[in-house]
Amino acid sequence: MSTLTTHEPARGVLRSRPGRTLTALAARDVLLLRRDVSTFVTRTVMQPLLFVFVFAYVLPTIEGGRSVFSAAGTSFATILVPGLLGTAMILSGIMAVTMPLIFELSYNREIEDRLLAPMRVELLALEKILWGAAQALLAALIVFPAVYFVHAPGQAPQVHVAGWPMFVTVFVFTGLLSSSVGLYLGTLVDVRKINMMFAMITVPVTMLGCVYYPWESLAPIPWLQYAVLVNPLVYASEGLRASLTPALPHMPPYVFLTVLVGGSVLFGLLAVRSFTRRVLA
Amino acid sequence: MSLADGPAVEARDLRKTYVTARGEVPAVRGVDLDVPHGEFFGLLGPNGAGKSTTIGMLTTLTVPSAGVARIAGADVVRDPVAAKLRIGVASQNNTLDRQLTVAENLEFRGRFFGMRGRQARARAAEMLDMFGLTARSRAMVYELSGGQVRRLMVARALMHAPPVLVLDEPTAGIDPQARFNLWQVLRRLHAEGQTLVLTTHHLEEAEELCERVAIIDHGRVLICDSVPGLLDVTGQPDLENVFLELTGREYRE
Repeated sequence: MSTLTTHEPARGVLRSRPGRTLTALAARDVLLLRRDVSTFVTRTVMQPLLFVFVFAYVLPTIEGGRSVFSAAGTSFATILVPGLLGTAMILSGIMAVTMPLIFELSYNREIEDRLLAPMRVELLALEKILWGAAQALLAALIVFPAVYFVHAPGQAPQVHVAGWPMFVTVFVFTGLLSSSVGLYLGTLVDVRKINMMFAMITVPVTMLGCVYYPWESLAPIPWLQYAVLVNPLVYASEGLRASLTPALPHMPPYVFLTVLVGGSVLFGLLAVRSFTRRVLA
Repeated sequence: MSLADGPAVEARDLRKTYVTARGEVPAVRGVDLDVPHGEFFGLLGPNGAGKSTTIGMLTTLTVPSAGVARIAGADVVRDPVAAKLRIGVASQNNTLDRQLTVAENLEFRGRFFGMRGRQARARAAEMLDMFGLTARSRAMVYELSGGQVRRLMVARALMHAPPVLVLDEPTAGIDPQARFNLWQVLRRLHAEGQTLVLTTHHLEEAEELCERVAIIDHGRVLICDSVPGLLDVTGQPDLENVFLELTGREYRE
């Protein structure tokens, strides 16, 4: 009869293998995503798909081919591609980290299951940031075909990658910024305040994120043009606009690159510190 | 350092003070513990006595305000990763992963501790068998009864065969059959040489299982001895009277 206490795995009990622990945490995240992939895809694609359907197909068709809004002689569909990609990334990155964390920290403190894994707590926080960023990138890949292919006849978005290094930097750091902000929010928001968080954060971030217009076109409303600069989605939209639709007006690259990279580092550090303080009583 | 060096669990003047809006609230005011390898040790105390905070500090989940705690020689503050490798914890709350099945809860715990997939599956199957959960291996956690949840939490804590097993109120809220069943497993673990630290409200449980018992209240260890030793020193007929004599008979929230 075998014993409960002495067993093959016990031989390795004194060795920490953070690489294997991180891989196992990531494997768990991937398993949960695969198990619920239809929810992820539906949640990610529904809003941008319906948006382009109405504003890039239905309205221009009703208006006899005239675009609802245009800039620099391009169609509204062209403006929407980077904006909606940025929205999908920022919201997915935030939600992918914030929602599970709020539940892990509430009621039974399910987070203890992961806190007892043999690695530093800071690494657990880092894994959450990386996984959130991966989901943000995945969201962009899912949303891209919808916002690229759905448009009125003759109003195809004019999209091309202006420069791969800048595009990859914007893409990766938009994911990292969103998940870092998500982790930070998750350590601050109480489970009873989730609905308020949606109302206070996701709606203003989306509506005032320079998704439906380039930042430059806000010039007639100067106070708003400067007020929206607190919104991370503005830099994601403008960065993707500069990378994918360079013909449209956009911020200078040094501005959005500084904010996306600097913001990822700053919020990453803040989030890891806040997470460590919150989980270790 | 060898696991046999020093006690399995050691605490020296362990303290925890929470800083709240109402000021500083001391939860643990200087706890000393020495649990040798292979002992079944009980920590008894009324609600709010400081048991769970002490357990939190021993298991790296709560950072002490002062003092030292070591698990099989590993300092919980200076080297929490080494301490986590040496300890298995079944918390008071149901901290099982609700999005995973019973078997997956065990397998992922094994993989967190560095096991390969096949090794984790084999160990999980063994644990499921030992704890009578094989038939429920594909069930989700929310489908389990209270007793099954408790058994799964102990099984999960044992996945990496830790030198020290900590059980915080392992039989709270379960029926007598489930409690008896769990006691059998704990007795067997003890017979195999496992070090166990148990907190409980059930004095009968401490009497049945523990070789030594510490009674804790207001964040301090009031007395620590074997059950016969406690009866002898206090002159009381049973552990319940020892407990009430030391911690008072007034109603506690």
